[in-house]
Amino acid sequence: MKPSDIHILIVDDEASIRDALKQWFELDGYNVSSAEDANAALLKLQQGPWDIVMLDIKMPGIDGLELQRRIKKIDKNIITIMITAFASVETSIQALKEGAFDYIVKPVDPDDMSHLIRNAVEQRRLMHENNQLRQHIDDISFSDEIIGESPEIKKVLEKVLEVSQTDSTVIIKGENGSGKELIARAIHSQSHRKYFPIITINCGAYSDGLLESELFGHEKGAFPGALYRRQGRLEMADKGTIFLDEIGQISDKMQADILRVLDTRQFSRLGGDKVIDVDFRIICSTTHDLERAVQEGSFREDLYYRLNVVTISIPPLRERKLDIPALARFFIKKYSQSMNKNVLDISQDTLDMLVEYNWPGNIRELRNVIERAMVVAKGNLVELDDLSFFFPVVDIGSEETLPSLDEVEKIHIQKVLDQTNGNIAQAAGILKVSRLTMYNKIEKYQLKKSKNDMPH
Amino acid sequence: MPYIYIQPIKTDYAPWIEGLEKSVYTVFGYHTKVANLDINLEKTFDQTRHQYNSSQILLQIISRPPADAVKVLGVVNVDLFIPILTFVFGEAQLRGIGSVIALHRLNNKFYGLSEDRELLKERLVKEAIHELGHNFGLVHCNNQSCVMKSSTYVEEVDQKSADMCSRCRELLRELL
Repeated sequence: MKPSDIHILIVDDEASIRDALKQWFELDGYNVSSAEDANAALLKLQQGPWDIVMLDIKMPGIDGLELQRRIKKIDKNIITIMITAFASVETSIQALKEGAFDYIVKPVDPDDMSHLIRNAVEQRRLMHENNQLRQHIDDISFSDEIIGESPEIKKVLEKVLEVSQTDSTVIIKGENGSGKELIARAIHSQSHRKYFPIITINCGAYSDGLLESELFGHEKGAFPGALYRRQGRLEMADKGTIFLDEIGQISDKMQADILRVLDTRQFSRLGGDKVIDVDFRIICSTTHDLERAVQEGSFREDLYYRLNVVTISIPPLRERKLDIPALARFFIKKYSQSMNKNVLDISQDTLDMLVEYNWPGNIRELRNVIERAMVVAKGNLVELDDLSFFFPVVDIGSEETLPSLDEVEKIHIQKVLDQTNGNIAQAAGILKVSRLTMYNKIEKYQLKKSKNDMPH
Repeated sequence: MPYIYIQPIKTDYAPWIEGLEKSVYTVFGYHTKVANLDINLEKTFDQTRHQYNSSQILLQIISRPPADAVKVLGVVNVDLFIPILTFVFGEAQLRGIGSVIALHRLNNKFYGLSEDRELLKERLVKEAIHELGHNFGLVHCNNQSCVMKSSTYVEEVDQKSADMCSRCRELLRELL
């Protein structure tokens, strides 16, 4: 905010005070106006946005205290500064109690006046910045980054909207690279906690001791190397959301610790005895089958039921192939901007190939493939050649009779089916595709389920 | 040809006028003349505060400026005030013709120190350029060494230079 963006209104029945203050603030570059009484001030207050009002406490008619009350009714964020003579300091204290920013006793030291107005302007600037940041947060929607029209992803988005309005604990299940953190952020950004942080901690990336210290923080000297007191992630997430990525990988001890925090919403830093109260919402994610882990005894049943209030399962990319074109185009647009390249689209044959592929690494893999293709792309289309690193030519047949992709796929699937004696589930497992895809492929290529079968 | 007029008010200007004239010409490009306006200083004295009302002095300065005056700068050696503040080093009309500065609080003697004439001259030049800068339309600058930085203590006057920062110089060029 420039000084000229700050609007100051001076209300005083003494013309000499009014003029002196107006002139003084104008030299600082502020936008200043004045009024000789409360009525004139109230008229001016209706006319435009004001940041600071300096008002004399003793004025004929409506006095400064009453005027301040009316100003706060119009806009409670306007900063009011009372001007008073020595005799009415008590009234000034009353004004402070009613929300005045400060008061000055006439005549005031120029240095005090400069500091006062600088602080008031800073306060106003912070308010303005806070509003802008809130607006910015309101404008950000992580849902915009969740691409897809498939019924599977639509179902996920509906659930995100549903749970974001509550404080319930959520488990997000999905394979690596399927966008679990994005879903967690989408839930947070649409919840009432959106103005507070979402803190992510990858539970699988830390050893037991480190995870404990990361989550709960530690006091100075809590363990060798704890040179300073450190805030834990749970503390940082106060009033916000904590996202525990890969919850299935934590030890028994950490499971017990997390369960206790979930129950009490209280914890202590390592090496400390002060109990810290926190208000957070937990979202966790897992690639593991937690139910099986519970059955096998590697994950506490009570913790599982405590966490498993709402479950959101993100389908792997191979089960939402409908979304691959939109996702590919989204990443092309994204990288065109960040790489400053004029790549506008992707050729149909390349897209077909991407749709055909199995995507074991899910969206992350697709994103990386597009990024790499964009680096080598020459024109304004991503072509098949740009993906040669990803789909190398399979050496089947002689050079004269190079097979098509369909032929290669057909031969390969048949080979797998032969090896599994026509067991479709087993073949689907080896090929890392769904059984449905297997049936579709068998249908498409008229394959035999086993060597002895007639073609399907 | 227009001039910036300097109006000493009941003060001996011989010790500082030459240096001030040079600086004013360097910064604003106007030659200066010493004015001889009829200013009644006593009339501006406030019995209760024992100070002189700078706004009232300024009113007298601008009431009948010389015909060829682009600006008129009054210089007094008394303690100045404006009604809301305990004192001022000077006062200027923003984008106006007149300004006034006081030697009183620029002098080391006011602070119980031995007189330093060179330092006094330096401070006077800074305050004169500062107030004339306001007359030409400049507002306070945040640059610590710029002469347009606001000073509420004499130490702050000493901290800043007598020159304008490049931004204020650029603005002044546009305003001149």
